[in-house]
Amino acid sequence: MSDLLVANSVSKNFGNFKALNDVSIAVPEGSIFGLLGPNGAGKTTLIRIINQITMPDSGTVFLDNEPLKAHHIQDIGYLPEERGLYKSMKVGEQALYLAQLKGLSKSEAKKRLKYWFDKLDIGDWWHKKIQELSKGMAQKIQFVVTVLHKPKLLIFDEPFSGFDPINANIIKDEILQLRDEGATVIFSTHRMESVEELCDHIALLHEANKILDGKLIDIKHQFKTNTFEVGLVTNNEAKLTQILKEKFEISQADFRSLNNDLKLNIKLKSQESSNDLLRFLTSHAEVNHFNELVPSANDIFIQTVRNN
Amino acid sequence: MNHLGLVIKREYLTKVRNKAFIVMTILSPIIFMALFALVGYLSQINNSKERTIAVLDESGKLASVFENKENLTFVRLDDMTLDEAKQQVEDNGDYGLLHIENYPELSEIAKSIKFYSEDSPSLTLIASLENRLEKEMTDLRLQQNGVDIEKLRASETRIDIVQESFLGEKSSKIDNVVKLAFGGFAGYMLFMFIIIYGNMIMRSVIEEKTSRIIEVIISSVKPMQLLMGKIIGTSLAGITQFAIWVVLGGGLMLIVSAIFGIDMSEMQSQQEVMEQAVEASGGAFNMQTLMNAIFNLPLVNLMIAFILFFIGGYLLYSSLYAAIGAAVDNETDTQQFLMPILIPLILAVYVGVFTVIEDPHGTVSTVFSFIPFTSPVVMLMRIPFDVPLWQQLVSLVLLFATFMFTVWFAAKIYRVGILMYGKKPSYKELFKWLKY
Repeated sequence: MSDLLVANSVSKNFGNFKALNDVSIAVPEGSIFGLLGPNGAGKTTLIRIINQITMPDSGTVFLDNEPLKAHHIQDIGYLPEERGLYKSMKVGEQALYLAQLKGLSKSEAKKRLKYWFDKLDIGDWWHKKIQELSKGMAQKIQFVVTVLHKPKLLIFDEPFSGFDPINANIIKDEILQLRDEGATVIFSTHRMESVEELCDHIALLHEANKILDGKLIDIKHQFKTNTFEVGLVTNNEAKLTQILKEKFEISQADFRSLNNDLKLNIKLKSQESSNDLLRFLTSHAEVNHFNELVPSANDIFIQTVRNN
Repeated sequence: MNHLGLVIKREYLTKVRNKAFIVMTILSPIIFMALFALVGYLSQINNSKERTIAVLDESGKLASVFENKENLTFVRLDDMTLDEAKQQVEDNGDYGLLHIENYPELSEIAKSIKFYSEDSPSLTLIASLENRLEKEMTDLRLQQNGVDIEKLRASETRIDIVQESFLGEKSSKIDNVVKLAFGGFAGYMLFMFIIIYGNMIMRSVIEEKTSRIIEVIISSVKPMQLLMGKIIGTSLAGITQFAIWVVLGGGLMLIVSAIFGIDMSEMQSQQEVMEQAVEASGGAFNMQTLMNAIFNLPLVNLMIAFILFFIGGYLLYSSLYAAIGAAVDNETDTQQFLMPILIPLILAVYVGVFTVIEDPHGTVSTVFSFIPFTSPVVMLMRIPFDVPLWQQLVSLVLLFATFMFTVWFAAKIYRVGILMYGKKPSYKELFKWLKY
């Protein structure tokens, strides 16, 4: 799988403020790429550079193995975090205008808009003005405008803000479908549960530097601590705890279960396998809960940012 | 993929379709004409009011000078005391009483003249009474000093300097009046156009910022294209509005003046200026001299220069307006940045009005017609007075070079400013933006 977008040692300063320091990322074609980081880390600056809104001080961005040029604007669909529409313009007119700016002909834009408006069930908004719509409604129109010209690369900055859970789900499914149809997605958000759900790859920016990137699953492997969460039923909890303490590193665990059992986190040394642990446990008690503790994106985010 | 065209079209259509714009376009000339008609009507009423003034001349020397006019009647009162006269005037409801006492010395009489009335009298009336009395008093005193009034009158001489250039072109004062009218009109038009539509551009930039659409737009259009599209689209809307105003205003003007005749104060004063100028130059006033004066103007030069300076000056200022719009978040924050723009503009109009009239080719006028921020207005006012071609060209080159610079400057501010939210920038920060 080749990379659709490659940023090579991109740096950007605003006066004395360093917004990006030698940042490189590679976004594989057909993936959903999570661009993460605390507020002010430089995500928006990087996205603006990819959109040719801001020029980098140094470094190059390649789209389809070609350095970014003006015509690439048509290959990118961008939904910025700070987004809005002309308040006094009618929905249809406005969508047509924005589509034409992305290089679609008027008739083609009309056809596709009709398709999307029907799909999202907003066909009767065509003649309404934006100021008559709610925030969520306006967001839907913005989403449509972003994807309308079928760009190779879609960039969503906090796409779910302003949506209720039902509409957020509809948009999520649309994003996944677009990915399945071949689009590549860069996804910037602070909501870690949607990163967990959607992203294949992530890059983490912190104070202008990239501090982590790769496949989400590889990163999780890298961050796993070989800790297992177990629930044990036994007659003598004190004795069992004592036995386990001698052999493993344990701590109190907290999870819900039907039984009033002994709940522990057990950390294994690197050479020990989960089967070894399981065998040991079954010989001393009844095991009714056994679960590997996989670090969540949230944990990885907080841990990495703290360590830097 | 013509983005500029699309942006221009959108800017133009949203401006022209805007309800406030439509209302303003149609209503402005109507309101203006209504005011015009109202003033004309009121002054007609005022003039037609009949006034009677009683004159009690105890000296017997001056009462005869007052002649009855259309709406003004003088009544001589004789053999009465001042109190009786006052009583009678009040009972009759006359406008006022002019009282002249009797003294042996003429100068004493002159000091004794009083006017009694119920309300404070009209200034023009008093002025005309004073005028009349002064003339008579002067004559009387001249006679007293043994001067022959007839001879004095006969020796009064009138001088009319015929103005002629070295190339033999004759001109008269009416030419100057026409030139001033043309130059003043052109300069003033540009001034108004810049202020009205510059503000419109600024608001349109601010609107894109406050509605947060700017980042969506800017990801498909280059800031420079958006900036130029805005300026051109808004200007086209402005030209449309101006054209409608001219047509509608002209039509209404015809209707109003047909109703009120030429009695309208505005027309009268204009005509008076013309007549005075013609009278001074010795000829009779007619359409022919006016037309000659107009055709004496360097019309072709005027047209071309008008178009070029208008475009240059307008673009220069509107790019700055756009930069201001980009730098701030809302209209209330614009004041501190508007000041430096308005000062040269107002200065240009002042220089144009005060120095160009006085001396169209003097040092001040010439210098200001080269400085790019004042040159469009000042040069447009100077051109009817025949400005050498090289001066016009140098001024134009300077203007367009500065325009290039301000657009570069505006585009810098613009591309940074449109993505900045929430804080009101200082001049220092704006300067920093230039380096981003």
